Amino acid sequence: MTIDAIAVSESLEKATVRSWKTPISFAIFTFLAFIVFVLFAREDQTTFQLSPDNAAIKIPLISISPVLIGIIVTVLLSAATVYAALRAQAARKTPLWITAVFAFLFTLSFLAWAGSGSSLNITQLLVSSVALSTPLIFGSLGGILSERAGVVNVAIEGQLLAGAFLAAIVSSVTGSPWAGLFAAGVGGMLVSFILATFSIKYWVEQVIVGVVINVLVLGLTSFLYTAVLVKNTDTLNTAARFGRWKVPGLSEIPVIGPVLFNQTVIVYVMYLAVFGVWFGLFHTKWGLRLRAVGEHPQAADTVGIDVNRTRFWNVALAGAVAGAGGAYFTLDSVSHFGKDMTAGLGFIALAAVIFGRWNPIRSTLAALLFGFAMSLQFVLGAISSGVPSEFLLMLPYVVTIFAVAGFVGHVRGPAASGKPYVKG
Amino acid sequence: MSEDKDEAATPTATAESRFKGVWYEIVRGSTLVSILAVIAALLIGAILIAAINPDVHRTAGYFFARPQDFFAAVWDAVANGYLALFKSAFFNADRDTFAAAIRPLTDTLTYATPLIAAGLGVGLTFRVGLFNIGGRGQMIVGAACAAWIGFSLDLPAGIHLILAVCAGVIGGGLWGGVAGFLKARTGAHEVILTIMLNYVAFYLVSWMLRTQGLLQAPGSVNPKSPPMKETAVLPSLFGSQFTLHWGFVLVIAATVFVWWLINRSALGFEFRAVGFNPNAAQTAGINVSRMYVYAMLIAGGLVGLAGANQVLGTQSGGLTSGVDAGIGFDAITVALLGRSTPWGIFAAGILFGAFKAGGFGMQAAEGIPVEIVTIVQSVIVLFIAAPPLVRAMFFLPGRQRAKKAEKLSATEGVAS
Repeated sequence: MTIDAIAVSESLEKATVRSWKTPISFAIFTFLAFIVFVLFAREDQTTFQLSPDNAAIKIPLISISPVLIGIIVTVLLSAATVYAALRAQAARKTPLWITAVFAFLFTLSFLAWAGSGSSLNITQLLVSSVALSTPLIFGSLGGILSERAGVVNVAIEGQLLAGAFLAAIVSSVTGSPWAGLFAAGVGGMLVSFILATFSIKYWVEQVIVGVVINVLVLGLTSFLYTAVLVKNTDTLNTAARFGRWKVPGLSEIPVIGPVLFNQTVIVYVMYLAVFGVWFGLFHTKWGLRLRAVGEHPQAADTVGIDVNRTRFWNVALAGAVAGAGGAYFTLDSVSHFGKDMTAGLGFIALAAVIFGRWNPIRSTLAALLFGFAMSLQFVLGAISSGVPSEFLLMLPYVVTIFAVAGFVGHVRGPAASGKPYVKG
Repeated sequence: MSEDKDEAATPTATAESRFKGVWYEIVRGSTLVSILAVIAALLIGAILIAAINPDVHRTAGYFFARPQDFFAAVWDAVANGYLALFKSAFFNADRDTFAAAIRPLTDTLTYATPLIAAGLGVGLTFRVGLFNIGGRGQMIVGAACAAWIGFSLDLPAGIHLILAVCAGVIGGGLWGGVAGFLKARTGAHEVILTIMLNYVAFYLVSWMLRTQGLLQAPGSVNPKSPPMKETAVLPSLFGSQFTLHWGFVLVIAATVFVWWLINRSALGFEFRAVGFNPNAAQTAGINVSRMYVYAMLIAGGLVGLAGANQVLGTQSGGLTSGVDAGIGFDAITVALLGRSTPWGIFAAGILFGAFKAGGFGMQAAEGIPVEIVTIVQSVIVLFIAAPPLVRAMFFLPGRQRAKKAEKLSATEGVAS
């Protein structure tokens, strides 16, 4: 090793990586907050309603002034920005909880500003957030299982749609939403079989298969809808839905109770699925094998795991999970299947997978964020918020761009995801 | 690779094996696979057409008594369906004049025009290893920029049109460039960025279309822009009885440009290098981040051209937020079918244009839902992507592992 080389390696060791992404993102949001919440402040009081009208334990209405909140929040956000900048200067990361508090304060101030002069039912907002994010969470769990096993799953959209389609038909024919839910899983699994066959057996580029499957499922379901379902709406497309079911006791807890424990069965199944996938992936032999074939198939093969077989069945399972999410559309939200009723939500679920860095818990949180933003636009659309509705509709997507560009940045998926395993 | 060598050596032995070699070349060539893939997809379409036909249902009821009725009904349903598709996509011999008979072909080319332009944009990003799902947003923004120049300015003919087309290209390019810039700067995943920018573009333009003073027609309550001025409309290519306009010529030029860019220019070389292996390209001194930005700029520009083509040509009556009409997503399938090569995309775009024109004719004449076309298209792409499957379906000799591995490395550039 020459002296030069030693000098280089020493300087590399000392080199510090300063990431200015977080402070810059903070600064942009703080500036926005200052402009909107302080300069364009709205005078009228905002009322936050925290418990439903028929709740056992009532929380009194909270009235606050958006101007006051706006000023306080802007000051706090500025402080957070300065703190983040100092941390960046010292080449250290800003803790995640600071970002979370930052986001919470910004959202609070936004709600106060947008709801000026009217009453916002916060519980209702959160209830529908959880409901709306249910298909996204199922979809992203399907994406995680598949990608952790080494097969990129762009076909979430198709799996959701196939699930919704079969759930509607089976539930209509049998009159049982449980049969519909099962059929939804089967539908998603069928879609996965195509994905798995083409990507594992025929080594086709997986993103291509995924995109094409989405188009195929959209075409097939729309074709059958026009040709068959429209003419037989009563017999084939009037699904028996799941009703709301209160968890005794738990549903009486203020705010959290109605939000988490007064939902439909699909939502409870979702809780189980999130826990199951998390526990299974990180604490069982099955999960270890699944991750092994997705991260380092050669190594897995060496210890005797049949890589392609493991991949195939886990991709099938991923399809079943995503397909079950499709049941939300026809067994919970409405009782009829409609053309293209998933409307791109599968892609949002894919975004949640990447946003959550292929981790079931983090992806669930990301999906909840999307669900919250979607539910926000309904709530704010109902009151005259002074913001053109298009901007509210845009909000979740803009937030995602900022979040992905500002806080998440470069993410690395499972190492062998997207690469077929060729033994030999 | 050793197996390839063996194959190459054998045909020279005798005349018979030389013939065999030629035969092998034909049955193993990708052209044959492509044609067989189309045939297989049409067969699947035929099954679906027959499955929903009432006559087929009726005759199936007494299949064992008179099976010939059943097969006749199936044949009628399928033949009439595909005949209607052919008549409204290529040539309709029932019409009186040649001009009227050939009209469907020009309709096909009109439908193909934006598909090719947008397909080129998406295909270009595939070559760089990016996955651009943002066709929809880039197209909407491109169309909005072109439309704004098209209806708001008063300029002499010619200059006005050129300016409007350029505005479309620049608008789409900048929208694509935003995704490229964010990816290059922050490492954010382009799939997320482009999907999100699709929605942002859609809602942004929707808002502008219902706001007076921006894009909405003055005094109107509809979310629609005023019609384009005469000076900014793409003139029709063969007279007003045909829908085909100069946009098609622009798209041919764009195809030549992309071919030159990818295969002949230094930038294209760098693009391909990054697409094959970004780490190796970085080591070789190529600025990978900059390539991402350039690729997204140019790709967005091409998709923006598709938007300009729609609003200045096919739908010059005014911009609506539905201007992309699914073209942004169809472009992905077009690019895949064309294997991301410029002329492949050109051919794929024309095929999809024919399906689009034919699908509507099929629905009108035979009552077959237009979605059959979507199914056939996607099955074609699936089959073309998996040559071994197609070979197995038609009992053709399969290629060996070496060939598979070669194909594998060739497709690795896409969306890594």
